[in-house]
Amino acid sequence: MSINMHPNRLLQPSAIVRHAVLLTTGALILVPVVWMVSLSIKPPGEIFRASFSFWPAQFYGVENYTKALTEAPLPRYMGNGLIVCALILGLQILVCAPCAYALAKIRFPGRDLLFAMVLIGLLLPHQVLSLPLFVLGYQLGILNGYAALIFPYVVSPFGIFLFRQFFKTIPDDVVHAARLDGLSEIAIVWKIMVPMALPAVIAFSIFSVVGHWNDLFWPLIVVRDQSLMPPPLGIIAFKTEEAGNDYGPLMAASTLVVLPLVIAFLAAQKWFIQGMTGGAVK
Amino acid sequence: MSEPLALTGAPNEPSATGSVRTLPPSLAAAPARRRAFTEALAAWALAGPAVFFLLALFFLPVIGVFVIAITDWQFGGLTLSFVGLANFREIFADDGFRASLVNTIVYVLIVVPGTLVFGLLIALLIESGKSCRSFYRAIHFLPFMATLTAMAVAWEALLHPTIGLVNQTLAAMGLPTANWLRDENTALPVLAVIGIWQNLGYAMVLFLAGLKSIPQDLYDAADTDGADLWLDRLRTVTLPLLGPVSMFVVIVVALRAFESFDTVKVLTQGGPGHASEMLLYTLYRESFEYLRSGYGAAVAVVFLAIVVTLTLAQVRLMDRRVHYQ
Repeated sequence: MSINMHPNRLLQPSAIVRHAVLLTTGALILVPVVWMVSLSIKPPGEIFRASFSFWPAQFYGVENYTKALTEAPLPRYMGNGLIVCALILGLQILVCAPCAYALAKIRFPGRDLLFAMVLIGLLLPHQVLSLPLFVLGYQLGILNGYAALIFPYVVSPFGIFLFRQFFKTIPDDVVHAARLDGLSEIAIVWKIMVPMALPAVIAFSIFSVVGHWNDLFWPLIVVRDQSLMPPPLGIIAFKTEEAGNDYGPLMAASTLVVLPLVIAFLAAQKWFIQGMTGGAVK
Repeated sequence: MSEPLALTGAPNEPSATGSVRTLPPSLAAAPARRRAFTEALAAWALAGPAVFFLLALFFLPVIGVFVIAITDWQFGGLTLSFVGLANFREIFADDGFRASLVNTIVYVLIVVPGTLVFGLLIALLIESGKSCRSFYRAIHFLPFMATLTAMAVAWEALLHPTIGLVNQTLAAMGLPTANWLRDENTALPVLAVIGIWQNLGYAMVLFLAGLKSIPQDLYDAADTDGADLWLDRLRTVTLPLLGPVSMFVVIVVALRAFESFDTVKVLTQGGPGHASEMLLYTLYRESFEYLRSGYGAAVAVVFLAIVVTLTLAQVRLMDRRVHYQ
């Protein structure tokens, strides 16, 4: 391995090829992102005059971003996204962690049946259930509201599964000791298991938040009011209004919607990759 | 919301018997059955809310889909009668659905190999050196977590027939241009390219993990056997050992590709004609725009059958390598 330390290694042809290829593919991958940002700071005249330059001759970023933030209720969309993601995540952990603890640490009749239910739940894509869930939401009278955006996701089979796998790695002695200390089962879940399973909780949180921030399918079905729209649906509403005539503000809005996740991703790359690959990558 | 509150009562009981637990088994024999009962009670109380929501939000709806698919029930209707497979006969007789099914399969058949090859190549290149690994990984993974609806809007600008960067570049190089999203020959392939663009980073991180798990001694052994060229080691060690990971990548990417919706909705709405229509978009449009419940439910059942088959294949694959006890 000492060869790796040799300074000349950087000049080896294979290393040069590696960097050249990866920089090229990386640049190609970033083209849509870079072009989006570029258009978001260009005035309409420059957008419609075909040009290769990233930086505009006349900086129009302030106008475009102001328009995106005021003409489209973008702060409202982002706020909706935040509220919906936070409530979904909170409810999911509240519902999934105790169930996962029971599955991992208590022996009881029906446990295998319950675990089978979780596995079947893992198998079912939510889009397939959308029609009956829509009818259910209609019957409950909660369509076109935050509750409609949240209720299908209150329980996450993946969350139960992930927490169970992690809880199983915590020694039984820890649970016994906690019981001897007089902790109730539910207290063991919240005071012992969940804090000890923090990596799993973080991975699941990222999985859940990214998924629901980005989700278009379900909001498209249950929300009509602009004031309730999460970011992806808001982008579509804005796009329809502008009818393709005003690219600058639309690109500014798209940039702002993508930005929070990209910043979080760059700050915690390892956690994101682990969370979004469902623990397949350690 | 009464469920979680009910939890606070029941689970206290096992802790009351906590002192019994410390006794040797012979002395604790009498209350053992009582303890088993309270433990079971506690377990079901803990799992109660999850059980309730699993039934209400997964099991009931999946039964609902099948019921709607084999009856003539319509939105707002109070009556329904059994119609057998009439809805399925209708969708398979419909050119639109058949086009949607074929398009989805074509799309998956482009996206899966494309994602697999690019993801593997980039993972191999990243792993072949030590420098800038996390930088390259971050760049290539970025599209996978970026909001696809917003990125689709950016792609639309790139693909714009007159002012888009793609056509500008092609024209500058003297190559023919196209109206990518409005031409029935290019719409679906372009969506597939976007699908590869979005998913290759995902395949890449899965391959990177697979590469890390290959033991160094296998490379050392290959070295002593005279496989000292990078290509030799790739052929004799790396690729064979990546077999299981590759199968896993194929299935998870195929699942994601089958579930493509956002790009269709934003960029083509299934058009021109039915040229880029895909299953999930058909399901959405028939169920919620045209309010044809029976049609939509039948599409959902077909979609479910495909997804379940793929997932079960994945489970069987994973079972060979890991065991959940």
